[in-house]
Amino acid sequence: MGIFEAILLTVITAATPVVIAALGELVTERSGVLNLGVEGMMVMGAACAFVATQVTGSPYIGILAGIASGALFSLLFGFLTLSLVANQVATGLAMTILGLGVSGMIGEAYVGQPGIKLPQIVFPLLADIPVLGRLLFQQDLIFYLSIALVVGVQWFLFRSRAGLKLRSVGDSHSSAHALGINVIRTRYLAVMFGGACAGLAGAQLSLVYTPQWVENMTAGRGWIALALVVFASWRPWRLVAGGYLFGAVSISQLHAQAFGIGIPSQFLSALPYLATIAVLILISHNRRTTLINTPAALGKPFVPDR
Amino acid sequence: MSAEGETANGPLLAVGRLTKLFGTFAACKSIDLDIRPGEIHALLGENGAGKSTLVKMLFGVLAPTSGEILWQGRPVRIASPSAARRLGIGMVFQHFSLFEALTVAENIALSMEPGHSLAKIAAQASALSYAYGLPLDPNAHVADLSVGERQRIEIVRALLQNPKLIILDEPTSVLTPQEADRLFETLAKLKAEGRSVLYISHRLEEVQRICDRATVLRHGVVTGTCDPRQETPASLARMMVGSDVAHVSAEGTNAKGAIKLETRHLSAPARTPFAVSLKDISLKVHAGEVLAIAGVAGNGQGELFDALSGECQAPGDDVIRIADKPVGTRGINARRLMGAGFVPEERHGHAAVSALSLSDNLVLARSQSDRRAFLGGGFLGIIRQDAVKMAAKRIAAAMDVRKSGDNPPAGSLSGGNLQKFIVGRELDRQPTVLVVNQPTWGVDAGAASRIRQALVDLAKSGSAVLVISQDLDEIFEVATEIAVISEGRLSDIYPAGELSREKIGLLMGGMPGKSETAETAHAH
Repeated sequence: MGIFEAILLTVITAATPVVIAALGELVTERSGVLNLGVEGMMVMGAACAFVATQVTGSPYIGILAGIASGALFSLLFGFLTLSLVANQVATGLAMTILGLGVSGMIGEAYVGQPGIKLPQIVFPLLADIPVLGRLLFQQDLIFYLSIALVVGVQWFLFRSRAGLKLRSVGDSHSSAHALGINVIRTRYLAVMFGGACAGLAGAQLSLVYTPQWVENMTAGRGWIALALVVFASWRPWRLVAGGYLFGAVSISQLHAQAFGIGIPSQFLSALPYLATIAVLILISHNRRTTLINTPAALGKPFVPDR
Repeated sequence: MSAEGETANGPLLAVGRLTKLFGTFAACKSIDLDIRPGEIHALLGENGAGKSTLVKMLFGVLAPTSGEILWQGRPVRIASPSAARRLGIGMVFQHFSLFEALTVAENIALSMEPGHSLAKIAAQASALSYAYGLPLDPNAHVADLSVGERQRIEIVRALLQNPKLIILDEPTSVLTPQEADRLFETLAKLKAEGRSVLYISHRLEEVQRICDRATVLRHGVVTGTCDPRQETPASLARMMVGSDVAHVSAEGTNAKGAIKLETRHLSAPARTPFAVSLKDISLKVHAGEVLAIAGVAGNGQGELFDALSGECQAPGDDVIRIADKPVGTRGINARRLMGAGFVPEERHGHAAVSALSLSDNLVLARSQSDRRAFLGGGFLGIIRQDAVKMAAKRIAAAMDVRKSGDNPPAGSLSGGNLQKFIVGRELDRQPTVLVVNQPTWGVDAGAASRIRQALVDLAKSGSAVLVISQDLDEIFEVATEIAVISEGRLSDIYPAGELSREKIGLLMGGMPGKSETAETAHAH
């Protein structure tokens, strides 16, 4: 395996969790709910996935535990903001703080334990294609799931009736309500999908990226996922491009630091964030398409007048 | 006309003792209403009379507190809009329930039962819209369409369900006279097909022209059912308002003084993709004049107001002049200090802060222009509450503002009373220039006539008044000069006596009197 291939592999591994978490948040925000608790749901997923894997010995059960914990955690957010109409921004921030705390408690006994890495699934024949075979067809389950999610979310939002309803709820909840669409139920489902995705992204971190549990191991990836959604103007394909760009720059700055280029390491560490934001600002400069894609009801509470 | 339908198979929809309470407030009190097959039935009433609440109950958006609804003689409970649609009731809302970010076809698909492909819906909608004379492009984004086109989507959406009853809530409030004529032709077609229409309006002339029967509401109670063609506008207005409405007189306001407000080739780019750019607007308002700017909503009225008030600055100092001094790049306070007053369109959140008391709202508007409101002339910024409250009281008395309590929050006043206070707040300063955007939008007839008279009186006292309005009745009542704004361009200014409604309608469509059809200009 050449150095080029090795670098690309690490890029994919670094990009996958950000892409998955951002896709979940994209669906949540398209329904008009701003959940700033991505970081908290993600770190919950990471802790629960790791602990479940250590207890049962099966990383697949770990993945399920990660997804379930993220979805359950987001259900709490949904209850507070949708049923009790609490402020979404404040609640989301609180969920992040809560998630970081609770995950530390869950994982406390497991800190530093060697984990079980999620096995690779090798597609026969396809895996033998030079370079691409290694990159795309000798990966773990979560990578394949991330690809399926991108295609699935794009299809769901823009080709299916349920997706159309979800977008309509995010554009104007009162109009959607007047048409007889159940706004609150739609938003609950979207919030839980976002939570499940964040949990899956967390599971990737503790089962694939660095198979162990360290407190606070998401290290701000949840926030990058949130920023990606906005700068990708709520469109899945742009979000994937941004996520992989982020992965690529994070990995290459690591290599640059290893080679000892004369740039302060602090600047290099900040580079992935700067580069991702700069590129996404450039591609989202068309204000008309941005406005068409921005969920107009984002962050606004809905109380039906009955 | 409708007598046959009644004897043949009874009313299509009958409502008995329908009541809706919000807390202890009765928005609708024991309403009786029946609609016969194949009739256009008007629901008349002022803003706040309970018309919207009633139709929301008929369409399943609100649940009635008590009473019954009979559909073709059978009692029904309409639990949701989809239940209403299944019965055969279609609705065109006043504030469109459209999704701006979606295409026309997607908007229509949302209200259809599942199981149709988007392409099929688009084809159906397109065919239907042409059949009823309401042409539509199914793939256009709603955000790019004019208000008239948006209304067509609503109508086509309702028609695709093949309804027996179509409810239209104030449909012509956003249309040019020509667009309204087309709508009436469509309604006549629907009637000829045996469908019933419930037509909600407060425009008497329209109701007399197209409706077979009318039910009049006031304060949530039915005050009468009549044949509008047998009534006079005055008798209908009495049923709506409960008393005679004062007639506004603009006589004696035609003395031309010095130029007080002027724009010279004012152009401004659109600030958002959905806003309108202003193109080369030149106007002059003399002392003693009321210049009214007519136009269909969304043709640059808000942008023009922002430029005149200083919320958005003009490209050059000399582009806008107040009292013969250049102010184009000065802010709103500088313009106020020069004697100008401004009343924006939105009452809540723009002209007033709903949660603050009337006196606090007064301070906000005058924080720079009235030193008497502050201890020691405003140096320390300490408010003299007593003086401000006195002033608020004086304004409320002068404009006959009806309020609960001495100094209630702005949000607790009804729309008409708050608007009277806001207009009074500016008039109290005796401005030499007053710019008002939609002064009586959503205001009841009594308050509207009070406000209009105040504008006319201000001009008579030697000030220059500029009124931006969509309401042609209002314009003819107050204006000495009239201009029309269309797609950010201003027409020539005409003396009020020289313009007819038809001429204004043509100008609204962007055709300065050259063609008979205003439609092509809109469909570009």
